[in-house]
Amino acid sequence: MMRREAVITRDLPLPLPTLDNREFYAAARRGELCFQRCATCGRFRHYPRPLCPSCLSREFAWERSTGRGTVFTWTIVRGPTLPAFEGNLPYNVVDVVMGEGVHFVSQILDCPPEAIHAGMPVETVFVPVSDEITLVKFRRVRSEDRQSR
Amino acid sequence: MTIRDRAAIVGIGQTPFAKHLGRSEYDMAVEAILAACDDAGISPRAIDGVVRYDMETTDEENLLAALGNPCLRSFACTAWGGGGAASTVVLAAQAIAAGMATTVLVYRSRARGKQSVYGRARHLGGRYWERLDTELPGLNQWHVPHGLVSAFQEMAMIAMRHRIDYGTTDDHYGEVAVAFRNHAVRNPRAVMRTPMTLADHHASRLVSDPLRLFDCCIETDGAVALLVVAAERARDCREPPAYVLAGAMAAGRHHIRLASFFETPREEDGAPRAARQLWDMAGVTPADVDVAFFYDFFTPLVIMGLEDYGFCRRGEGGPFVEKGGLAWPHGRLVCNTNGGQLSEAFIHGLNNLNEAVRQIRGTSTSPVEGCELAFVAGANTDPTGAVLLRR
Repeated sequence: MMRREAVITRDLPLPLPTLDNREFYAAARRGELCFQRCATCGRFRHYPRPLCPSCLSREFAWERSTGRGTVFTWTIVRGPTLPAFEGNLPYNVVDVVMGEGVHFVSQILDCPPEAIHAGMPVETVFVPVSDEITLVKFRRVRSEDRQSR
Repeated sequence: MTIRDRAAIVGIGQTPFAKHLGRSEYDMAVEAILAACDDAGISPRAIDGVVRYDMETTDEENLLAALGNPCLRSFACTAWGGGGAASTVVLAAQAIAAGMATTVLVYRSRARGKQSVYGRARHLGGRYWERLDTELPGLNQWHVPHGLVSAFQEMAMIAMRHRIDYGTTDDHYGEVAVAFRNHAVRNPRAVMRTPMTLADHHASRLVSDPLRLFDCCIETDGAVALLVVAAERARDCREPPAYVLAGAMAAGRHHIRLASFFETPREEDGAPRAARQLWDMAGVTPADVDVAFFYDFFTPLVIMGLEDYGFCRRGEGGPFVEKGGLAWPHGRLVCNTNGGQLSEAFIHGLNNLNEAVRQIRGTSTSPVEGCELAFVAGANTDPTGAVLLRR
C-alpha cells in the first residue's frame, strides 16, 4: 500500500510561464503589474488570453496597471494546506478588483485577518520567489496615502 | 430531436462507502457496474454506450477489458468533475434519443479517503491537491502560488462573496449540514451517521473562512453506477423506471479559474442558464418538484443552488433553508435524502443520482410520500447540468 506521505508536494508550487503569458511574468520581474488591453475596444483582461472576450479582437497591448484595487472577496486559510504554506497559517487570500476592472487573486501582506473587508483599498507589492518568478502581492493603502495620491 | 421523456434510469448500483476501503478505483468501478446491471436485469455484455467523468481512471479501454465487451457504439465524458454529475444522464439520454446506443452505462469510482493513495499520479486516490505539480502551466497558476490550493479554499472565496452580497450566515450553513446529516443517520449506506446539531456545526473548526469542517463534503472511497435505456424498453426491467423528463447542460465559469470567475454576472453563468433550459424543456416549475438533490460539496453552494435553479429568488437561499427548510419529511423542499456528499459519501455527486432514483421507486430510507418528480443538479460553480426524473 502506497503511503500518503510519499506523494505529498513539498516545494512551493510556482507558475510555469508559457507563450500566452510570459509578458506578464517579465513585467512582474521588473516590478510592474501588467494586463492585456484590447487594441480595438480598449477593455482590460486578466488572466492572459489571445482574444478579447468582449469584441473578439486579437489585437492587444500589454499595459501597466495602476496597481490599485479594492477587495472583492477573501478567505482566511486555516488548514489543511500544502506543506509549503503551513508555516504561514492562518493566511489570507483575496480577490481584488483592480482599477482597470479585472479581478486579480493574491494575498495582502502584513494584514491581520480581522482587518480585511469588502471594498478595502490595496496596492501592489512585488515579491521575487525565484530567478524567473516574481509574485504580485498587495498591501493595505493607508487613508493618508489615499488622500495624497 | 429532444431528450424529453426519451430515456429512463433502470439500474442503480454501488459499492459500500467508507473513509478507507483499500481498493483501487478500477476494482470498485466494476463492482458498482455489475450491481447496476443486476438491479436492472441487464447483462453487462449488453452495454453499448458509456458516459464517464473525464477524470475517471477506469476509462473505456479498461472497462471493455474487464467486462469482455467487444465494442462500444457511443462513449463520452463530462468535464470538470462534479459539474458533470447530472450531465452524465443528459449525455446518456442524448445517445439513446439519437439512436447511437441502446444501453448506456454511467459510473464514477473514487478512492478519495485521505489515506486512500494507490499510485503516484494526481488522480490515483487520496487528496488530489496534496500532489499538485510544482510548476503550474494551467490556470491554477493564478492562485495556487498564493496558497489557494484546493477546492474548499476556492469555494470559500465564492461563499464569502455571497455573504457580502446577501448576509448569508453560519446558521444558514448549519441548517444545510444538519438536515443532510439527519438524513444520513437514517441511511445505513452513509459514512457519517452521528447526529449533528447546529451547535455541533458551529463548534467544528474553521478550515477556510467562512467554511467550517462540517460545511465540507467528506473524503471517502466508493463507486456508483447507473444504467440508462430507451423509455419504451424501461418497463421490461426488474425495477420501476425513473424516466428522464428533461435535462440541460451549461458551461459557465469554473472555480478553478477563480481569477475570471467573477467576470460574469451570476444570472448569466452556467447553472442559472441550465436552469432556464431545464424548466423550458420539462414544462414544469420548481414548485412541482417533490425532492431535490443539489451538488452539496459545500453547504453555501447548496444555498446558491436553490437560487440558481429558481427554487427561491437570488439572495433568499439563506432564509429558505432556515428552520429545517431542506429536512425530511416536512421541509419546504426536501433535499439530499441520502445525506449527500456532506454525509453519505463523496462520489462526485453520482450517489445523489442513485438516491433520486430510489425516491422515484419509493425505496429511500427517507422516502418522500408520493414522490413523482426528482430534481438533480451537478456542481453549480463548474460547467454543469441538471436533470428531472419522473415516476
